[in-house]
Amino acid sequence: MPTDFLPIAVLIALATVLAFLVVLIGHLFGPRRPTATKLEPYESGMRPYGPGQRRMPVHFYLVAMLFILFDVEIVFLLPWAVVLRQLRLFALIEMVVFIAVLLVGFVYAWKKGALEWE
Amino acid sequence: MNAGDFSTILPLLLVTGWACVLLLVDLFIPRGRKAITAALSALGLLTAIALLLSQFGLEREAFKGMIVVDGFASFLQMVFLLSGLFGIALAYDYVRRQNIERGEYYTLLLFTVAGMMLMAQAGDLIVVFLALEMLSLPLYVLTGIARPRPDSEEAAMKYFLLGAFASGFVIYGVALIYGATASTRLSEIVAVVQAGQAIGGLLLAGMAFILVGLGFKVAAVPFHMWTPDVYQGAPTSVTAFMSVGAKAAGFAALLRVFLVAFPDVAPAWAVVAMWVSAFTMAWGNVAAIAQTNIKRMLAYSSIAHAGYILMALPAAADPAVASDAVGAVLFYLLAYAFTNFGAWAVVLALEKKDGQGLAIEDYAGLGARRPALALAMALFMLSLTGVPPTVGFVAKFYLFRTVLQADLVWLALVGVVTSLISAYYYMRVVVVMYMRQGEPEVRSEGWLNATVLLAGLATFIFGLLPAPLMGLAARAGLLTFLR
Repeated sequence: MPTDFLPIAVLIALATVLAFLVVLIGHLFGPRRPTATKLEPYESGMRPYGPGQRRMPVHFYLVAMLFILFDVEIVFLLPWAVVLRQLRLFALIEMVVFIAVLLVGFVYAWKKGALEWE
Repeated sequence: MNAGDFSTILPLLLVTGWACVLLLVDLFIPRGRKAITAALSALGLLTAIALLLSQFGLEREAFKGMIVVDGFASFLQMVFLLSGLFGIALAYDYVRRQNIERGEYYTLLLFTVAGMMLMAQAGDLIVVFLALEMLSLPLYVLTGIARPRPDSEEAAMKYFLLGAFASGFVIYGVALIYGATASTRLSEIVAVVQAGQAIGGLLLAGMAFILVGLGFKVAAVPFHMWTPDVYQGAPTSVTAFMSVGAKAAGFAALLRVFLVAFPDVAPAWAVVAMWVSAFTMAWGNVAAIAQTNIKRMLAYSSIAHAGYILMALPAAADPAVASDAVGAVLFYLLAYAFTNFGAWAVVLALEKKDGQGLAIEDYAGLGARRPALALAMALFMLSLTGVPPTVGFVAKFYLFRTVLQADLVWLALVGVVTSLISAYYYMRVVVVMYMRQGEPEVRSEGWLNATVLLAGLATFIFGLLPAPLMGLAARAGLLTFLR
């Protein structure tokens, strides 16, 4: 029922107000004494050596995309490992099928030369 | 879950598995010998057809209602598998002469067919969404497979962006319906709605979102903007497949979701579907008149036909007419598949390199140069208009009759009037073919000719003797859960 969601609505409202409030208070009352060091992009001391938007090899995006694909596989493996004992053989077969499908994609990408970096 | 559950999705599993295997096999087939890939993928589809035939008439639920097998699903799966075969036949010579032959073409086609087959069987909104993505994603890639041709890439980009947007609508609608009924299973949704426990506002909003998302997939006005650009930019063989398969899959989902899950709120969605249908028929047919490019003309024609098929949805809101309306849609989809594949095959035969030979003017003199091909094209144009000795007429007649049975006289009138308007642009092709002088350069390729012949025969024969097919369509009902 809609009334069940009332706490969530209150929480959303509170969170929004609070977020603005904190920034506003800091802006109004916080002391500002900028120094050259403080204005650097990385306060950890790393020196920036060029503009942030540089040209990247297009190939990078392909590798990044493949990485995400196979990375998500791990996300699926974790909950599987948790329930493996309850589902037993079924879960094992399920995962073998899943990995096999991924393997098809992997072999395809490999054979097409998507993993090579010239 | 038991072995029997898996038997219900056997054809689907076969197509999916075959596509995966083919993806690997294709890696070892050298460039220039991709005919092997084409033959293998056709073999996979044929095996799936045989499997499907062996279990025709099966009616049951599987995987706790996630998957449904019924006449509706089997009939549509047959349409999808046949579309896949036609799609391969049309692509075979075309991709070669356009220098876009890639083995992935056939693999992606198989994945799309698998998605469509899943769509026909979906008994759960999550499965509907899964199937929608499964059929859309390979289609986006197929649209852009003529890379680096800029028009193909542009079409793929447009299709992808708008398609992803539409998918977002569908999944948002699913979420809202889950919020309203606490279930995504079609059979449970209908039970919750009937018990009066659904939250009305959320349910209506969810239905609206799903209607918008699927309306996009079937290219109904006002969600049709992508259609002409994508149909024109995509390689013609892909367009042919897309205009039949993707549309049929969209209607499969529309009918299944709205008739099985929401029959009790029919008055709400029937009105919307009625107006969308009327506007789609009107705009599709009027806009087609102004086209000079045959691909764009057929794109608007496909929008118009989406409008005709959509007439069945408000008609089916009347429980007494519902099963007739479903039968009419199934027959229409099959008739449209034959006719449309034939028409696109002729377009493919006349297309030259770099998108030349696609203007309607380029068809001048076809009647003298290739009488048989011109005759077939004339037949397809008549069938698309809905003139008697063709299957298009029977399909329209059957559809209009169910609309009249549901007392939607004005909607049927809109259909008839817009059909009359459509005669203008369809007949213009025939006039140009026979009455203008010209020297069209026409290809004669084995599979293309075979497709034209087969489609032409089907269009003509089922126009004269529609009874067997019609009986099949009429018996292919939806498995409703409340008996």
